[in-house]
Amino acid sequence: MTTQMKVQTSTLVGRVILKLGNDVSTDVIYPGRFMATVLPAETPQYAFADLAEFNTQLKKKTFPPHSILVGGNNFGCGSSREQAASTLKGHELVIVARGFARIFLQNAINLGLRTIVCPELEASEGDDLEVSEGRVVNRTTLKSYPIVSLPKARQAIINAGGLIPFTRKRLLEKVGKN
Amino acid sequence: MPQTITEKILASHSGRDVVEPGELVNGRIDLVMCHEVTTPPAITMMKSIGVEKVFDPSKIVVTPDHFVPNKDIQSALLAKILRQWVEQQGIEHYYEIGRHGICHALLPEMGHILPGTTVIGADSHSCTYGAFGCFSTGIGSTDLAAALATGELWFKIPASMKIVVEGTIPPGVFSKDIILEVIRQIGVDGARYMAMEWVGSTIDALSMESRMTLTNMAVEAGAKSGVIAPDAVTFEYLQQKPHSKNKSFAPVYSDADAVYARTVEIQVDRMEPMVALPHLPSNGVGVSRVAQDSITLDQAYIGSCTNARIEDLRIAAQVLKGRHVARNCRTMVVPATTSIYNQALREGLFEIFTDAGCAISTPTCGACLGGYMGVLAEGERCISTTNRNFVGRMGHPKSEVFLASPATVAASAIEGKIADPRKYL
Repeated sequence: MTTQMKVQTSTLVGRVILKLGNDVSTDVIYPGRFMATVLPAETPQYAFADLAEFNTQLKKKTFPPHSILVGGNNFGCGSSREQAASTLKGHELVIVARGFARIFLQNAINLGLRTIVCPELEASEGDDLEVSEGRVVNRTTLKSYPIVSLPKARQAIINAGGLIPFTRKRLLEKVGKN
Repeated sequence: MPQTITEKILASHSGRDVVEPGELVNGRIDLVMCHEVTTPPAITMMKSIGVEKVFDPSKIVVTPDHFVPNKDIQSALLAKILRQWVEQQGIEHYYEIGRHGICHALLPEMGHILPGTTVIGADSHSCTYGAFGCFSTGIGSTDLAAALATGELWFKIPASMKIVVEGTIPPGVFSKDIILEVIRQIGVDGARYMAMEWVGSTIDALSMESRMTLTNMAVEAGAKSGVIAPDAVTFEYLQQKPHSKNKSFAPVYSDADAVYARTVEIQVDRMEPMVALPHLPSNGVGVSRVAQDSITLDQAYIGSCTNARIEDLRIAAQVLKGRHVARNCRTMVVPATTSIYNQALREGLFEIFTDAGCAISTPTCGACLGGYMGVLAEGERCISTTNRNFVGRMGHPKSEVFLASPATVAASAIEGKIADPRKYL
């Protein structure tokens, strides 16, 4: 608990609960047969549905919020289905990957799912990661890895709480000017 | 400053003279494609933005395609929400069951896609439209909500990758084989965030149908868009389609000295048909090698936005004519749109397919994404003209999908194992 209190507000600490390789597709994150389920309140039940054991653990709320999923390159490749982001957000997971596929990353930013681009990351399941501005520290191996930060225009969307509140605010400002 | 076709289109749509890769611009949208799975969440989100009416109903084209005719009660609800929204918003371009089709085949065929424009679709294969020399990319539901509300979207200007394809395509080889070869070379994230621009004498000689197969799979290399400069083939195609006939548009072309992040050169003269092995589209190998392995099949699937246009069905029919599919290999033919379905029927292709023992269905994306109408059981193997062979893509996580051209899929259906189509052509 004392360690947690020393940490700055922007810092996040979590345990790696699942480590995956490169090219994890949206078909694996949220299989197509569940695509008719679209509501963010309902999508979390199908997160990694075909990794049955992990899916069961998620549903039983075995993991605390901000638990970390580690991916390799091209995480979230494939479909534009936003369920792949909302299903992970529903479990309050943080995704730290070496790289993300374009549409998945965009959807994640728009929905406010925490995604960290960390190209050199080395981590195993069970490791504790400390994510702060500019770097990820693997507290288990005591190694540090740089983060690729988002462009300002993208960060502004996250700061607004996602694209919907961001757009609402922008439109209200436009109306105000008229 | 020299510009690519993609940079020019995005510059002109964001009030700029020039743009550079990596820049973020707020771009004006000329056309939005909506289907029944990704649009309903966007309808709700548009309301939370505080906007009741879409920016311009004439710039929105809507078709249900993923789970229609309705797969179950849940998908019926999605289609119903879409239909009600279309009515409420006064959207004219709506294609109901009976006129519907897989969006990426339907919009071009109706003439909705024009050169020099910006198109977005809430579906990853929206990159297909770039075959007409427009900028087109796939987005998620939240971006769709913002675009429907404002008619604008933030775009990061993509760097461009130039793919130069030269030579005469040998018999039995098709544009599907070319895109599988390119993805084999560059990998599933080889063009990540980029615009894949296709040039060369081979591309010039391709039909619009074949070109769309190339741009369709740009996302399978991680790309943001695929693009081919419009030419006489494009203009001729547009002249024949209802919404583009006699319509004016402003074609845009890359400058000769435009800058590309990477150039890939492909020589097709000695290419052979390709098969992408499970579970990545980049696992391509020449069919002569795979055919030696006697890989037995449970299903063959000719369908999807990649390869179910009339040209594809004609090729499959040519292979299947007077032959029969193997006992172990159930075979599905799913024309991409209603008018392709009607045309295939008129041309006598259906008789060839049914005589050969194939099942034919009305257009749907269904089986491609493991939805319905051809889902695989545990341990089953399918050869398919679709675009993705990820784990669990067409059904059970322990099923396998092999990607190939319609000719290769048809030849494999006959033998019940992965086969070289060249002996049947």
